[in-house]
Amino acid sequence: MIEVDNLHKKFGKNQVLSQLDLRIEAGGIFAVLGPNGSGKTTLIKSILGMVVPNKGSISVLGKSIRNNWKYRQEIDYLPQIANFPGNLKVKELIRMIKDLRQKASNEHELIRLFMLEPFLDKKLGTLSGGTKQKVNIVLTFMFDSPLIILDEPTTGLDPASLIKLKELLLKEKNNGKTILITTHIMQFVEEMADGIVYLLEGKIYFKGTIKELMAKTEQNDFEHAIAAISTYTTDA
Amino acid sequence: MGRFQLLWVLLLFVGTSLWGKTIEVCASCEVKSITKGVVLAADYDTLLIKKGTYKEFNILIDKPLTLLGENYPIIDGEEQGEIIRIVSDNVTLDGLFIINVGTSYTSDYAAIRVVRSKNFLIQNVVLEKLFFGIYLEKSNHGKVYHNKIIGDAVDEYNSGNGIQLWYSHNIEVDHNIVQGVRDGIYLEFSDHITINNNESTNNLRYGLHFMFSNDDVYTNNTFERNGAGVAVMFSKRIKMVGNTFRQNWGTAAFGMLLKEINDAEIVGNTFEENTIGINIEGSNRIVYKNNNFVNNGWAVKVLGACYTNSFINNNFLYNSFDISYNSKLNDNKFEKNYWSNYTGYDLDKDGIGDVPYRPVKLFSYIVNRTPETIVLLRSLFMDIIDFSEKVSPVFTPDDLLDDMPLMKRTR
Amino acid sequence: MLKILKYSFYDLMRSRWSYVYFLFYLALGFVLLFLNNDLSKAVITLMNVIIVLVPLISTIFGVMYFYNSREFTELLLAQPLKRTSIFLGQYFGVASSLTLSLILGLGIPFVLYGLFRSEAIWDFSLLLITGAFLTLIFTVLAFIIALANENRIKGFGYAVLLWLFLAVIYDGLFLLSLILFEEYPLDNYSLVAITLNPIDLSRTLILLKLDISALLGYTGAVFKSYFGTRMGLFISIGMLLLWTILPIWRLAYMSKRKDF
Repeated sequence: MIEVDNLHKKFGKNQVLSQLDLRIEAGGIFAVLGPNGSGKTTLIKSILGMVVPNKGSISVLGKSIRNNWKYRQEIDYLPQIANFPGNLKVKELIRMIKDLRQKASNEHELIRLFMLEPFLDKKLGTLSGGTKQKVNIVLTFMFDSPLIILDEPTTGLDPASLIKLKELLLKEKNNGKTILITTHIMQFVEEMADGIVYLLEGKIYFKGTIKELMAKTEQNDFEHAIAAISTYTTDA
Repeated sequence: MGRFQLLWVLLLFVGTSLWGKTIEVCASCEVKSITKGVVLAADYDTLLIKKGTYKEFNILIDKPLTLLGENYPIIDGEEQGEIIRIVSDNVTLDGLFIINVGTSYTSDYAAIRVVRSKNFLIQNVVLEKLFFGIYLEKSNHGKVYHNKIIGDAVDEYNSGNGIQLWYSHNIEVDHNIVQGVRDGIYLEFSDHITINNNESTNNLRYGLHFMFSNDDVYTNNTFERNGAGVAVMFSKRIKMVGNTFRQNWGTAAFGMLLKEINDAEIVGNTFEENTIGINIEGSNRIVYKNNNFVNNGWAVKVLGACYTNSFINNNFLYNSFDISYNSKLNDNKFEKNYWSNYTGYDLDKDGIGDVPYRPVKLFSYIVNRTPETIVLLRSLFMDIIDFSEKVSPVFTPDDLLDDMPLMKRTR
Repeated sequence: MLKILKYSFYDLMRSRWSYVYFLFYLALGFVLLFLNNDLSKAVITLMNVIIVLVPLISTIFGVMYFYNSREFTELLLAQPLKRTSIFLGQYFGVASSLTLSLILGLGIPFVLYGLFRSEAIWDFSLLLITGAFLTLIFTVLAFIIALANENRIKGFGYAVLLWLFLAVIYDGLFLLSLILFEEYPLDNYSLVAITLNPIDLSRTLILLKLDISALLGYTGAVFKSYFGTRMGLFISIGMLLLWTILPIWRLAYMSKRKDF
């Protein structure tokens, strides 16, 4: 599904990703984890083509993404900060994104699911953070794409919505989709993720299932395992 | 006096046509050439010249005659030299078409030359392919009326003037059209001349040129697209009224050049789209009143010592520069003019701005010094500099201002 | 690209700022005409305003829009869209809404005052064309600055500095150089200098219309052929086009390489 080879990225003097190799097979939920500044977002944005790598190659669905933009038709992306043009109304934004993608969508179902009907005619600038995030989720899930990338999807969500999000994720997974998530909520990862990718200082530090991680770090608890991996040096 | 003389001249013409006999000149007539006709004619006869081409030059008219052309007969000088010379009083030329005057570097060949004669009338004459057109030499009390002079001059050194007056007084030059010669109308040592309703355009040098001529009047003339405009030099008591000076563009071009002129009156003229509206050098006691200066590069450019001139009730509209001075001294008066560049206010509503207007910009100084800076005209930087100079004048005469700028243009 | 243009344009048409801009020009037009009551004079005053204010407003507005629509941009970047379409679409959206505000804002009062029956119509149209060019140029320069600077304060600073430089400082330095080297032949130099600055270029276009009599007063064959023939007009318009196209091309190039 995604192949990353020898990826390097520098911002100024700051080497964010170096020699990163990653393979994600189709199907399942993968969590990209790592401490702040480890390069999670940069990796995701590289895959999305928003960040241009200094070196290395990325291919999605078997095609190189260099100088290519059509492959994004196959990706649904949920950005980290859900700030939208303040002058647009919610339904206008939805209509616009639909217009831009020219793809079948099931936004009505999602709007109902997240109870966004009363907000459709409101301007995005007036919405609360949580509501914006719900709109964000609607925009992401309304298309049927094989790859879904979520950057901190849980931000600002109330527990009820969080449950709905999880249900949504499971449904999509069962539809055979590949889902890439970055988050800081370990409980969410533990619950949802089939595999994890742990990034540290711009490199893949660990890739595998949660069980493998716990076995490797000799911890019984996932959160501790994550905390331990950054100090775990035998492998380094 | 002048009017009485004119009346007398007219009476005389009426008299001649009554008393004299008429000699016809044409190809099939008894008299086949004008020269022969003149020889045969007696005083106060009329030569009726029929339509046709007469290849003649040096026609000497030495007796009071009327040469009347019928349907514009062509007198072709074949570039041999002068065509008609009048050396007698009371001669009238009417309705002739004269072409191909000879060009010379040593003598000023003219289509029509009047020498030491009085009471002549030259009218309805068309001149083409000429060197000098109508040349009046020490001749007085005559009239040059409704003639058309079309030259094709290219260079100043081998072209002549359209109408030239030399030591000639009390002449009327009226309703003539002069174009494409060196100077349209040229006056030297000629006093009491009136020049009205003429159109002098597209001439190489000046549309009208005065040298050492006093007490002359010119009104309602149009001077357009001449090489350098109109020049009035070394003359006194000239009245210039209601003339239009337009589109004299170029490095040394102006609507009007005044050089060493004293006691003149310049009233009700329009200066439009000239590089310089009026260029003044060493001219004193001149009154400028009710003139319109529209869209000129410089409306008025003052060079050298000019004293006691007054500018009253003029309109200065949309000129790039209103007044340019090259010295810090000012002895000229500006009062009650309308300046389109004026930005003051009139709180007491008396039609006169409450803040004086400074017509000289610092930028005009800079341009005088470094002419290339003209490309910075209307740039914000220049406006800022001009503004600071306006607030505290350093380079421009600080007493040069219009204390009573009008809020509305005068009619 | 047209879709992005459309959305940016609609977005702007709803924003307070385009109305402020539009109302500003509307007020300016009416005030000028009310104070002068004379179309020709108002056109001249307007010219001074346009070559100074249009660049300033376009620069600030361009930078502001770019920074404020960053989220929108990011949203678009994740969509299957070409990068250049995203940026050029936004750019043309901003530029066209600014131009529209300018033309309508100034056009309405002048038309109401009888522009179509006046001789000033050509001067006025030239003014609007020049204003449109300046909007296009300074908006794209603002976009470039904003794209190159993540830091908003810095971006704003550079943008205002750019305006200050081109509107004032450039002419000051130019004047200084002319006076310093006045013994040398300067006509070619000065003609080149005015074609290198878009504000000076626009000014030249207007000078050709309003001050041709003064321009022809200068001795010099080069000046004469530049201002006296159509050459000046064509070169100025050509250079303004270059000033528009090259930065747009640069913006497209930069947008392909920018990280978000």
